[in-house]
Amino acid sequence: MPGVKINLVDTTMRDGSHAVKHRFTKEQVAAIAAGLDKCGVPMIELSHGDGLGGSSFTYGFSGTSEFELLSACASQIKNSKLTVLLLPGIGTIEDLKKAYDSGARAVRVATHVTEADVSSQHIAFAKEMGMMAAGFLMMCHMASPERIAGEAKKMESYGADYINLADSAGYLLPDGVKERVEAVINAVKIPVGFHAHNNLGFASANSLAAVQSGATYIDGTLRGLGAGAGNTQIEVMSGVLNRSGYETGTDFYGLMDLAQNAVDPVMNRPQVIDNGSLMLGYAGVYSSFLLHVYDAAKKYNLEPRDILVELGRRKMVGGQEDMIIDVAYGLSQNR
Amino acid sequence: MKKVKVAVIGPGNIGTDLMYKIFRSEYLEMGLMAGIVESEGIKRAASHNVPVSTEGVNAVAARKDIKIAFDATSAPAHTKFNGPLLKGAGIISVDLTPAALGPYCVPSVNLNQLRNEPDINMVTCGGQATIPIVHAIERVAGAAYAEIVACISSKSAGPGTRANMDEFTETTSRAIEVVGGADKGKAIIVLNPAEPPLMMTNTIMVRVKDPSVGIGRITGSINEIVSELKAYVPGYHLRVPPIMDGDKVTVIVQIEGQGDFLPTYSGNLDIINAAAITAAEKIAQRIIAEGGV
Repeated sequence: MPGVKINLVDTTMRDGSHAVKHRFTKEQVAAIAAGLDKCGVPMIELSHGDGLGGSSFTYGFSGTSEFELLSACASQIKNSKLTVLLLPGIGTIEDLKKAYDSGARAVRVATHVTEADVSSQHIAFAKEMGMMAAGFLMMCHMASPERIAGEAKKMESYGADYINLADSAGYLLPDGVKERVEAVINAVKIPVGFHAHNNLGFASANSLAAVQSGATYIDGTLRGLGAGAGNTQIEVMSGVLNRSGYETGTDFYGLMDLAQNAVDPVMNRPQVIDNGSLMLGYAGVYSSFLLHVYDAAKKYNLEPRDILVELGRRKMVGGQEDMIIDVAYGLSQNR
Repeated sequence: MKKVKVAVIGPGNIGTDLMYKIFRSEYLEMGLMAGIVESEGIKRAASHNVPVSTEGVNAVAARKDIKIAFDATSAPAHTKFNGPLLKGAGIISVDLTPAALGPYCVPSVNLNQLRNEPDINMVTCGGQATIPIVHAIERVAGAAYAEIVACISSKSAGPGTRANMDEFTETTSRAIEVVGGADKGKAIIVLNPAEPPLMMTNTIMVRVKDPSVGIGRITGSINEIVSELKAYVPGYHLRVPPIMDGDKVTVIVQIEGQGDFLPTYSGNLDIINAAAITAAEKIAQRIIAEGGV
């Protein structure tokens, strides 16, 4: 309902890390973080795109260690909470400790939508450290609203401060967002948020649907920089929510200027819905697979769409980037 | 033929599957299934005429005829109670928890060096599936860095694994270095809930020190170790044979379990159990040869 405070969570330097192949520099992140803080964005997320510890053959090596990037941001931030993403199975509590020492004060612990119980240790540890902790359920198009509500309740019981639903494949349409957000809101006592991808062109529409369904945390990135076709464009959302009568406390003009001055120059490719991105959303494939699929398609002389459709058919989940080679190899053998 | 009496501590899925594998062993005989409460696993063991106890490790330590115990409980239980008690009683521990009181054991790599250890640790399922490949690459081309991704079906990841993902990644990473021989190791685990459940799949990526060795010799070394692995894990096979890209070698393996007690997609549980049995049989052969039975 209008008048409600909506917390915009910027993830330009986390989800956007995929789009720059994990090559952010200290200077770039310091400028972006300083700008976001000045514009009143309450949470600023930074880590490898696949979360802490994501720097690897499988997900791509980071140009600069995420801990150095965090430290570079921490010194620029006065009011925002520096936030990291952690996927149990990739990142560890040891990584979280280092992130804390580098200035992170919030963590979003992400699991596949049906696997919330792998987050208990990490959420509990974050709370012990006095950090804010969110439970982050990925690929939420793959489970029913009832199932998601059950998983969200588990994360609440581990101590999560809010639950964030992620449409990691950019597959959902507004109705699907609404029923999922409402189911979780009815099941838990903590706030609920939403993370969109623009693979079908619905990132902003889905984010607005989430807010209208009661979500109070919305993820976005400057220029929409992110995996696949990118995320909800945060400067757009700042304007849209303002016009719809919601309070975000962010500086709309400031975010526009920041996107133009600090993010446009670092973009490798325009953040559009190219054919591969469209297929991610259509087939329900984890958005960060995209650039790896393009690489594999080139290597094996395949059509990226064929690889993406097969990954979707096999129901691959976030983190299974290694299976792109498996699929490409298999397709190349059957040619 | 003489057999060595063994105990299984922890009558859950792992422990029960171990029991069925022990029934098939030429060298091992089920002397005791020990739990701490009445359970399905205890009942199942009793129905096969295996002696059972709910006194846990104490029942094992009291049995003078038992020489080897498989610990399928938890890391804290092995560290605090089972490990020390078994050692005190002169019973060799084959530890399937991530406790790692004793050295890591990956049978196709280092079993011969561990025959006299009082406590050996079976690393993790992902470690058993991937470290032999890391080693096979390392022994011919060196390994500056090795990374593995283990994909396990959600249904075959038990509550112990789920509650402690870091134990899996950290133990496996260390063993990639200590046993696999890589200068630096990294392990990633992903749970996939697809139905029907996916077979356990593992990707191994190694940055070799000497790419001039060439893919031919690397593949030869890998094929050699795969045939050794197949001796105790018949369902082990290369999904994607070695691919070389500069100094990076990628291999993808898949493991279909033997379906002794657990479903065949649980190749992760099958391989750690099969490795534990292989290790115990080696130890049993030594005990028999020394006249200890």
